[in-house]
Amino acid sequence: MTINMGPQHPSTHGVLRLVVTLSGESVVKCVPDIGYLHTGIEKTAESKTYNQALTLTDRTDYLNPLINNLGFSLAVERLLGIEKQVPQKAQVTRVILTELQRISSHLVWLGTHAMDLGALSTFLYGMREREIILDIFEKCAGVRMMTSYIMPGGLYADLPSGFDTDVRNFLAIFKKRWPEYHTLLTNSELWFERTKGIGALTAQEAISYGVTGPILRASGVNYDVRKMFPYIGYETYDFEVPLGKTGDVYDRFMVRMLEVPQSIRIIEQALDKLPEGDWMIDDPKIAPPKKWQIATNMESLIHHFKLFTEGYKPPAGEIYSRVESARGELAYYLVSDGSNKPYRMHIRAPSFANLQSMPLMLEGKSNFADIVSAIGSIDIILGEVDR
Amino acid sequence: MTPTSDEPANPVQNEENTLKAERFPNVKRSEMRAADGTPTFIVPADELLEVLQYLRDEARFTMLEDVTAVDWKKEPRFQLVYNLLSLERASVIRIKVNLPGENPIVSSVTALFPGANWYEREVFDLFGITFTEHPDLRRIEMPDDWQGHPLRKDYPITGPRRPVMPANQFRPVGRSNS
Repeated sequence: MTINMGPQHPSTHGVLRLVVTLSGESVVKCVPDIGYLHTGIEKTAESKTYNQALTLTDRTDYLNPLINNLGFSLAVERLLGIEKQVPQKAQVTRVILTELQRISSHLVWLGTHAMDLGALSTFLYGMREREIILDIFEKCAGVRMMTSYIMPGGLYADLPSGFDTDVRNFLAIFKKRWPEYHTLLTNSELWFERTKGIGALTAQEAISYGVTGPILRASGVNYDVRKMFPYIGYETYDFEVPLGKTGDVYDRFMVRMLEVPQSIRIIEQALDKLPEGDWMIDDPKIAPPKKWQIATNMESLIHHFKLFTEGYKPPAGEIYSRVESARGELAYYLVSDGSNKPYRMHIRAPSFANLQSMPLMLEGKSNFADIVSAIGSIDIILGEVDR
Repeated sequence: MTPTSDEPANPVQNEENTLKAERFPNVKRSEMRAADGTPTFIVPADELLEVLQYLRDEARFTMLEDVTAVDWKKEPRFQLVYNLLSLERASVIRIKVNLPGENPIVSSVTALFPGANWYEREVFDLFGITFTEHPDLRRIEMPDDWQGHPLRKDYPITGPRRPVMPANQFRPVGRSNS
């Protein structure tokens, strides 16, 4: 029997269609069909200046916009050759914000994954904590989700006053509540039933499919971009990369659950060394002038006008720049032809490769209900898959 | 595994000898500036499988991260870009294949890297490059009956049904002069 699951289905986390062939309860074949959220972001970026294209990156993976911003900004900075000049304050803030983003993304994953499998309350708790993080983002960027706060050269604006206290308050609350999350699911017999031994990928399979992030690490492969190709100073932070053994849904769950305390560790270290100073590179061709400069200085006004109408022109070349998003290795492939717009912007979306491995997890070894479990464990964002 | 050099932002180890000239005489270094410093090689289309097999099995670039393409508007028009990663050596390499604008065909690498399946479908869909011996070459992002390939440079950003107009002359969709 062939069943059409989705594209509109609450457990597919967006608009994903699965054509599932069943024999009784067991899955014989599972063919994902994507493209329902294809908005042509890569094409659109070719007609935008670099700073305009930044706002498109928010909309790919809408659960971790700041990490998308970071990936794009690092690519542009390396293309311009200015990555060494970015102020330390911006770099440390980037670490804090992207790790907060990772926590918030994992909270949504945990909530929806558990909800799909029938544990509704986890979702409510996850949203409660995520709200505090989004409030911090709102104070920084003015918006909760489509932030565009991290931009090439540094940050869009200075940190709001009390940022340090806000983050520390959040950590204090969160560290107290985090053990409660473990009591909800980690040792629950019902949770074991739905997750253990389901959707397993071996390390070999995962690597050959280009799977990255928590799914790859759950299969026991130690690949984290933050460790292997450190960026924004990750080599100076002390943290561990949790690894799984069997690569099943439960291991992916545990890997993400163990990643959250590591993110807290990183944030605490970063807060301790958050310096004062400038938040944006000191280069009028790249950084927008400050408001008081525009009001008092003719040259700044011209720079402001030139920057927002014409933008800057990175020298011709190409860059493939990786960051570790909440879902895996996120990479931006940019080609510059020396003009003010990217000649080509390609986004290597982690969910794309991760979703592709789904038939491998399911076919011939699982039941129909396990599909929901597997989708939740992949933590797909269809906005990123289709771009 | 962690690189210990002073410049950790640069994910490059010494890969100068990865593709030895005597073994693959037709493989050239790419002349384009690689801002990430990744060693980049241009491989003839008919040697692609051989080179990737060598890279996977002997140089241990076991993960194919990405397959994409660039439309250069001049001959050779299309350039396929393969990014490979070696997890064991924390090292990366980039392989490029130039293809003509007329009837671009290249062999699929799905036999070596099964994960290339969707990436090649995406390139087929958005650039119109055909991959021979691909197990399931269908459109992936666009509808199956779509005309044209959106990421080609001659495909209008406004879509296929509306003429390209300067930004100040846009009209509502229903009244376009199509």
